[in-house]
Amino acid sequence: MTSAPGLCRECLARTGEARRCPVCGSPRVLRHPELDVLTIAHMDCDAFYASVEKRDNPDLADKPVIIGGGKRGVVSTACYVARIRGVRSAMPMFQALKLCPDAVVIKPRMSVYAEVSKQIRAMMDELTPVVEPLSLDEAFMDLSGTQRLHGHPPAVMLARLVKRMKEELGVTGSIGLSHNKFLAKVASDLDKPRGFSVIGRAETAEFLRDKPVRLIWGIGPAAQESLERAGIRSFTDLLRWDQEALVARFGAMGQRLWHLARGEDHRRVSAHDPIKSISNETTFFEDTASIDVLDGHIWRMAEKVADRAKARGLAGRVVTLKLKRANHRILSRQQALRDPTQMADRIYRTARALFDQLGDQGPYRLLGCGLSHLCPEAEADVSGDLLDPQAAQRARAERATDEIRRRFGSDAIIKGRGMR
Amino acid sequence: MKISIERGALLKAVAQAQSVVERRNTIPILANVLIEAEGDSVQFRATDLDIEVVDKAPAMVERAGATTVAATTLHEIVRKLPDGALVTLTADVAAGRLTVDAGRSNFSLATLPREDFPVMASSEYQSNFAANAAVLRRLFDKSKFAISTEETRYYLNGVYMHVSDGPDGKVLRCVATDGHRLARVDADLPAGAVDMPGVIVPRKTVGELRKLLDDDEMDIAVSVSETKVRFATPDITLTSKVIDGTFPDYTRVIPQANSRRLEVDAAEFAKAVDRVATVSSERSRAVKLQLENDKLVLSVNAPDSGAAEEELAVAYNDERLEIGFNAKYLLEIASQVDRENAVFLFNSSGDPTLMREGNDQSAVYVVMPMRV
Repeated sequence: MTSAPGLCRECLARTGEARRCPVCGSPRVLRHPELDVLTIAHMDCDAFYASVEKRDNPDLADKPVIIGGGKRGVVSTACYVARIRGVRSAMPMFQALKLCPDAVVIKPRMSVYAEVSKQIRAMMDELTPVVEPLSLDEAFMDLSGTQRLHGHPPAVMLARLVKRMKEELGVTGSIGLSHNKFLAKVASDLDKPRGFSVIGRAETAEFLRDKPVRLIWGIGPAAQESLERAGIRSFTDLLRWDQEALVARFGAMGQRLWHLARGEDHRRVSAHDPIKSISNETTFFEDTASIDVLDGHIWRMAEKVADRAKARGLAGRVVTLKLKRANHRILSRQQALRDPTQMADRIYRTARALFDQLGDQGPYRLLGCGLSHLCPEAEADVSGDLLDPQAAQRARAERATDEIRRRFGSDAIIKGRGMR
Repeated sequence: MKISIERGALLKAVAQAQSVVERRNTIPILANVLIEAEGDSVQFRATDLDIEVVDKAPAMVERAGATTVAATTLHEIVRKLPDGALVTLTADVAAGRLTVDAGRSNFSLATLPREDFPVMASSEYQSNFAANAAVLRRLFDKSKFAISTEETRYYLNGVYMHVSDGPDGKVLRCVATDGHRLARVDADLPAGAVDMPGVIVPRKTVGELRKLLDDDEMDIAVSVSETKVRFATPDITLTSKVIDGTFPDYTRVIPQANSRRLEVDAAEFAKAVDRVATVSSERSRAVKLQLENDKLVLSVNAPDSGAAEEELAVAYNDERLEIGFNAKYLLEIASQVDRENAVFLFNSSGDPTLMREGNDQSAVYVVMPMRV
């Protein structure tokens, strides 16, 4: 046995060849030849929303917990107890409850999760300035060049990060450590929960060989199907294709696939990936074609989008309306504005006009609003509308409403049309 | 069908037709131009189902007949032929081809049957009158810049042509607005136009119409119904559907009581605005106007790119005023002024501003300020 560097994940001691940690006796020893040289990491919290709920309510500790909501809703997160029973994220709630009738279903408390996420983010920021969050509960980190700063290689700092998350925040996470983003993300999923997996350069080809291509982030069912039609199921299948042929058949994705097949991913971990759009959508409790009901939804979605834009100091110049028909066909319409906005009133009016021009009867099961082509809020709503002299008044009312909500809570004042 | 026609005449006729044809077409026949030869002339007809243009040119017709070919291809061919060439068009119905011969060049183009070509239904026009080309040109040229492109406000995607009351009686009036600026241009009412229904002439039609209006001496035959409008010269007939919508009541948009008066040389003003706007951010293009005691200071302050300032001597003797505008909008309205000074009438920095040429009420512009 070659002597690979080892690390105890309990006490962070550097270990030799022993099976258990010579310092604390823990069996949670990580050993890998490239442990001290790899720098690209992916951190993924374990059943994040459920962990936070269990932390805040210890009675739930051993119970199956599902985060999600509504008769028509889907599972957003299932705790590991529920997962044993077959519950998966994105599964329709009724199906999840069939598998696990005694599950405790909790409506997501996004603001709490966001708060915990912020605390985790602060811990990651201590490790490296290059943190690229993918969502509230996962992020890439590039720890290149941080060894001299911390006095320890990245692996030690990462093990310390998840240890701190558990001790200080009560949530657990899994780490993937490798030499690029693709493999780091794959690795973090390998032995969840509380995992720490390493994919080194030397073993990359061997590791990928028989893996299915759906391992690649972004290869969903549709892409899988089109790959399958080309006879591509595993990475070995991919390796048989030369670059030109893949590009000819799959375009830009082909280029990327060719590299991924060789374990190459040249994307950098980027801390400043700007937000490109803000959107919100809702699935109805039951399908509806009622203009009044839909109008209420358009308003609420417009308001949510505006709230998020205002919170980030952003505005957008393109408004999108998205509807999903009862038969799941998606209708999407866009309108560019003359000057950007962050006001719910303008987003609503634009989306409503798009809705009126749809020429479709419904019924619909989902409605969403979005704002894109974003810019700083200083450029927004700088000019009034000659044909709508009341717009300025409504804008002032909206600003006043925002101020009241800021002081007295988000339910302090709501529009009548938001109650439909 | 077999005709011979001089290249210049052919090019002019085909150019007019092909510009109506939409570049992207799902119905193949709409990409074609219908060529009909009879007597001693040939006519070219093209349509996008909303607009139809028919252009007549003199030709030697050896064999009368009709066919349709791709408008852009025919236009490209004729454009590339040498000046002065005599072009012969021969339709071979059996083979479904049209041959184009000129000197040593010959082309064979695929055709589609003339029966498939949609011809716009003729309709009854409520009002028929003649208007001078220069008059129509002024009405549309001075208003079209304000046409909206916002599809959700489709009723603003054109120029509202209607009969209205001017200071000295009835006028023929064109109005366009996109909610940020508005143009209102009046002309003496042509004889016979008093019963004309108000119509919204679509943007594309305005563009096509412009090509008919170059000759100052020409009288244009105008016909208007609730749903269609037609402009005709002896050679060209342009028929268009009008926008099916209600143009908003623009009269309440035009400020009546703005009292702070600025008079400035329009050309100097435009140049200065253009200069300071160079540093403004690409998107907002905001320019600030500071007015005080016969002095106008134009300034731009764009944190990312820089700042600029320019001072102009003007006539202004009201209270000090600071007001911001989109530079592009200012330039557009200033460029409408060609004879006298531009007169701006302000109220406050948040209210619409009015601009006109001297004391001429026949063309007024309204522009919405922006926050700076």
